Amino acid sequence: MQSLSNRKKVLEQKPMNFWERIYLPAIFKGLSITLKHFFKKIPTVKYPEEVRPYSKNFRGQHSLKRDEEGRERCTACGLCALSCPAEAITMTSAERAKGEEHLYREEKYASVYEINMLRCIFCGLCEEACPKEAIYLDGSHVTADYLRKDFIYGKDKLVEPRFDITKLAKD
Amino acid sequence: MAEEIQKFQVSIDGISVEVDAGTTILNAARQIGGDIVPPAMCYYSKLEGSGGKCRTCLVKVTKGSEKDPRPMPKLVASCRTTVMDGMEVQNITSPDVVDARKSVVEMLLINHPLDCPVCDQAGECKLQDLGYEHGSENTRYDFPRRTFERIDIGDKIQLHMNRCILCYRCVYVANQLTDTREHGILYRGDHAEISTYIENALDNDYIGNVIDVCPVGALTDKTFRFKNRVWFTKPVNAHRDCPSCSGKVTLWYKGADVLRVTARKDEYDEVEEFICNTCRFDKKETSDWTLEDPTKISQESVIASNHYTQFQPPAVIAENTPLKEANWEQLARTEKLK
Repeated sequence: MQSLSNRKKVLEQKPMNFWERIYLPAIFKGLSITLKHFFKKIPTVKYPEEVRPYSKNFRGQHSLKRDEEGRERCTACGLCALSCPAEAITMTSAERAKGEEHLYREEKYASVYEINMLRCIFCGLCEEACPKEAIYLDGSHVTADYLRKDFIYGKDKLVEPRFDITKLAKD
Repeated sequence: MAEEIQKFQVSIDGISVEVDAGTTILNAARQIGGDIVPPAMCYYSKLEGSGGKCRTCLVKVTKGSEKDPRPMPKLVASCRTTVMDGMEVQNITSPDVVDARKSVVEMLLINHPLDCPVCDQAGECKLQDLGYEHGSENTRYDFPRRTFERIDIGDKIQLHMNRCILCYRCVYVANQLTDTREHGILYRGDHAEISTYIENALDNDYIGNVIDVCPVGALTDKTFRFKNRVWFTKPVNAHRDCPSCSGKVTLWYKGADVLRVTARKDEYDEVEEFICNTCRFDKKETSDWTLEDPTKISQESVIASNHYTQFQPPAVIAENTPLKEANWEQLARTEKLK
């Protein structure tokens, strides 16, 4: 029967001839390939010192964004948790007290915001669901760890550090 | 002398139904049910005199009656217009009605803040549904929306006047359910607002029902304020022996905690039986209630997402006790090494 791909190669076993039996030509052939590679460009990257650039649409660790005045954008509406197919996000909301207007943008904020990185599949649906542009998966890889409980990232790891917008504009 | 009740034959979107004389078009449509029921923001079948304010229930009458088949010149509010024999009504089959409804929604949203992420009503808000179905994506309104400070009406009810669409339902509740009404609409026209005189507390025994009848998030439960989103809680029907009301409620669970107690609502989001303040605000333990069964939630509602109809959903992974113990042991060992 004709094979479907037409690329089938039929191998037949034959006894080795003299040159094959002494092995040396095959060994030199192999060694020459190895030697050739000494003079080629190295394709590997020495990872910790040198980091390969991420693609623009890479989705890594989440970060909870701040607005131009440094206030947290998240208002704990729960749409990210609702859209999350892996149910990785949980949150507890709280009411902004008087005098906290410089910390939180809206009158409600997330007092606890946790993402279970073991459950997260980095699909980016939370990003798309967010009405406040508060969550983005713009970090790097989530690092390895030893204990399961250490993969539950709270606000201490997720909220982005404060930045000075005037300095950013100058740069 | 038993007078025979007159029956009228009406057709709504081509579906004919026989109703009693004096029925409104909206109620006739509700007897048919389904998609042809006009939405209603202000009409509430349990409250006398409600309706006629929001204009979302506008329909087109293409044939006035058998005797006078002329169509009505303008779209009519179906909650206030009674049927005539042989009347023909168009609701969703008429492009005029759909267009008018879109304009009404735009009108209602002129002053409504877009704070659904903050609002506790989100997920069970009629205006949200209406806006989703009929609204346009953008607003054409350039002027600043009217804003108010939020007011605590008593220690249990929060009034966000920003969100109010002036449907008057809460006013009717206070008039018809309680002995004294202490809140009402002040001012007129664009300045109209729900308020009490000099921030009076509302402390009548049935006043909590204003929370349930409010179609938007203007009147919300302060004991539930920002506790959780509606769609993360699980509604369960329950009852108790209440001396003042029927005691039939819906408990909204999150895990083992009752976060909120509301009256049971029917498919048109109307309260079946009004409940008293004790049931609503003070009985938030499972031990206070006799549980019945999970509340039926329409499949389209966001509240139905990730909800099971059984009390105990079957475990996804079979329980493996030796593995569990081994995990605990390993955790203890790693903790020790730290």
